[in-house]
Amino acid sequence: MKDFPLIFELSQPGRHGVQPPKVEGPELAELLGAENLRAHPLDLPEVDELSVVRHYTNLSRRQVGVDTNFYPLGSCTMKYNPKVNEEIVKEFYQLHPYQDPGDIQGVLRIYHELQGFLAELTGMDSVSLQPAAGAQGELTGILMIRAYHAARGDDQQRRVVLVPDSAHGSNPATAAMAGYQVVEVPSGPDGQVDLVALQDLLTPEVAAVMLTNPNTLGIFEERILEISQLAHGAGAQLYYDGANLNALMGWVQIGKLGFDVAHLNLHKTFSVPHGGGGPGSGPVAAKTHLAPFLPVPIVSLGSEGYKLDYDRPQSIGSVRSFFGNTGAIVRAWAYIRMLGSEGIRKSAALAVLNSSYLKHLLAQVGYDSPYGESMHEFVAQPPPGLNARAVAKALLDRGFHPPTVYFPLIVKEALMIEPTETEAPEVLEDFARALAEISALGPEILARAPETTPVGQLDEAAASRRPHLTHLS
Amino acid sequence: MDFTPHTDAQIGAMLQALGLENLADLYARMPAQARFEPNLPLALDETGLRQEVAAIAQQNHPAQRGFLGGGIGPHFIPALTAALTSRGEFLTAYTPYQPEVSQGVLQAIFEYQTVIARLTGLAAANASLYDGASAVAEGVLLALRKTGQNRVVVSQGVNPEYRRVLATYLAPWHCQIAVLPLESGLTEPTQVEMAGVYVLQQPNYLGSLEDPTAHAQAAHAAGALFLMVPDALGLAVLKSPGEVGADIAAGEGQPLGNPQLLGGPHFGFLAVKSDLMRELPGRLVSETKDKNGQRGFVLALQAREQHIRRGKARSNITTNSQLQALAALITVVALGPQGLAELARGSVVRTHQLAQMLLEIPGLELASARPFFREFALKLPWEPGEVRYQLAKQGIAAATPLPEEYGQNLALFAASELHQTAELEALKEALTEVLA
Repeated sequence: MKDFPLIFELSQPGRHGVQPPKVEGPELAELLGAENLRAHPLDLPEVDELSVVRHYTNLSRRQVGVDTNFYPLGSCTMKYNPKVNEEIVKEFYQLHPYQDPGDIQGVLRIYHELQGFLAELTGMDSVSLQPAAGAQGELTGILMIRAYHAARGDDQQRRVVLVPDSAHGSNPATAAMAGYQVVEVPSGPDGQVDLVALQDLLTPEVAAVMLTNPNTLGIFEERILEISQLAHGAGAQLYYDGANLNALMGWVQIGKLGFDVAHLNLHKTFSVPHGGGGPGSGPVAAKTHLAPFLPVPIVSLGSEGYKLDYDRPQSIGSVRSFFGNTGAIVRAWAYIRMLGSEGIRKSAALAVLNSSYLKHLLAQVGYDSPYGESMHEFVAQPPPGLNARAVAKALLDRGFHPPTVYFPLIVKEALMIEPTETEAPEVLEDFARALAEISALGPEILARAPETTPVGQLDEAAASRRPHLTHLS
Repeated sequence: MDFTPHTDAQIGAMLQALGLENLADLYARMPAQARFEPNLPLALDETGLRQEVAAIAQQNHPAQRGFLGGGIGPHFIPALTAALTSRGEFLTAYTPYQPEVSQGVLQAIFEYQTVIARLTGLAAANASLYDGASAVAEGVLLALRKTGQNRVVVSQGVNPEYRRVLATYLAPWHCQIAVLPLESGLTEPTQVEMAGVYVLQQPNYLGSLEDPTAHAQAAHAAGALFLMVPDALGLAVLKSPGEVGADIAAGEGQPLGNPQLLGGPHFGFLAVKSDLMRELPGRLVSETKDKNGQRGFVLALQAREQHIRRGKARSNITTNSQLQALAALITVVALGPQGLAELARGSVVRTHQLAQMLLEIPGLELASARPFFREFALKLPWEPGEVRYQLAKQGIAAATPLPEEYGQNLALFAASELHQTAELEALKEALTEVLA
């Protein structure tokens, strides 16, 4: 079969595409000086409009998303992204961040209201919507903790951040990016943080403990109040990774579990589409003692309306330009406005119910989960003799996007499954039947899978040995 | 309301299968002190939401023909860009960890990497970063890792938002940051002490064209890697980072196919020479073959990334700005080489026309060195925030106040290829009136 073309391969010299607005006036050499201009013409494809439309339409058909397939990718909360939000966000396309604040009161109101909704849902005191994604929210939170210790003159010795061995990779990567040494806390036999080990590790050198709750196994850390007490007793701050907030939203305020600062993922919990890998949005919520360190600006409401507050002398600064990913912020605000308190609670509970039900169905067909009760996601293992990769590839032929595989690292052959609340039980039952079928397949069929996808198994090792990152024409 | 498909009967049956009585049982083990019922505004249906948003949007005054600049602005976006990026397959996918069903996103990233490499004249680009500011910060961290140095030299002509973000990212690293001041609106390419990285924006924040070749030489003489921050439309017509000897190019991509949206989401681009390729943070896509010899695309060199390397990763970045990068890719290839260069030219020409008109107003002085590109600074007779406010009252978004470090009462102006002559004249008239 012929390779699917690259846009560069559709080019014909002299063919024109879309025309930009025509502007009469001098050539650039006259305005800017020839010495400042490119020596060579741009090396870009010359393609007509229909060919561009057809190319990317056909390319999109080589891609699955939540809109096309069940997508139970653990820790990513691949729920339905309401279409109405794609419409309303257009109302905000033409706003510029340097407009007079009087001209952007509507969007600042949305910022301010969302700050309030997120404070309410987390039980935290202050919120910044600036961080562009979850990992940037993590960096923001850890830099705030660092600034907090420094403000107390307690930063010299606090060089360590503790993360559980089940943590998302972004947690240790963030701590390292903020200049900390990362030390892992082992999980106990119940999949939860081992309290004794934690106690031993909580030396005066520890600046923060980063936790996800429910953790990446989908298990609620039941000893969270003790963990919080131990961490605070050692002078450390407790960081909440909000990747899994979908389990708790509207039922539990994480601020009352003892967390000092948290990031949330608007693209997971609050229905913002994931865009094939972004944009996301990673707001940070903090308790009062950390609030002075939040990034600037914060949107506040004064007697003259909403304003952008940069006058925060203890702030860590800014983690990106301007105020936040407005597109994501408007969609998350709209989602919360549509659901209201009842809808939020029902959605969280049905996310947990769906996950628990699917776990129950899978246990009946030989996919066991190594630990006890879980919430919005769970980790299952294939029946003996079957590996997670083979299961994932065979699922592709059955019309399902596979779960997250080989994560968390503490479970062998992990299948980390998060169905979300927007899937019907029929879908979960189909998925369980597919997994049952897969465990009955012979090794030759499994080795060949997938066979119905646009391409077959790809040589990833060769790509990393000799990466080929650009098309050479 | 909500978006769950369950009937009451189904919920009942599922609970029964699990031996539970009601949904609250799912939360029975949560600490009582943290349990709550949220106090949120009353739920809206789709129609109610649209009405609410329409009412709120009334309190905004859109700047589809603004003159504010600062690296963000209204530019031509072909209709096909939104039509294609809004396809559910692109919109509702996530990280392409399963390449067999993710060729759409993976090939788009590969094409984007190729376009960015060609525009910057460098060997390799990553899949995108959050925005210009974070791209510059990641570029600096990359250079410091590679050189093992901790001294950073930054031109004062680098966007102050980017410098603020850079300072935040560098705070834990005890770096020495030396700022090269603007002299008569330009950065002097003087000899500097040994450093790890040397950062220059082209054109600088006041819109003026620097001499990047001279700065590249100064950087290399100091043992530093030269990081250039090019204007996205400048890439179409100005000497490319590769041509002037840059090792790294990092910048803001919004003018390529993305709406202003109050500053985000946009995307940052990051490209490097070939010997720095393995130091790139974030995602990289490589061409490869499938088992039948068909061309396909996969995430490559993932051992640099957080999900594999954890505490030793190049960066913590995971989610980036894939959809904005896709919009840029589609816009650039739809315009083609001539269309893109023509769009950039239109923006420059309109900006120069605007400058000429505004400088006819008595009491206004150009505060940018010539030649400037598609933004320029004016010295106003009084506080620019007040001028911006007065113009806004007349329905014109213009005169971004510049930080005082650049001088007293300076404001930034920009025009784009979308502006009509009458709109430029309307700004001149309004500004004349405001200043009179």
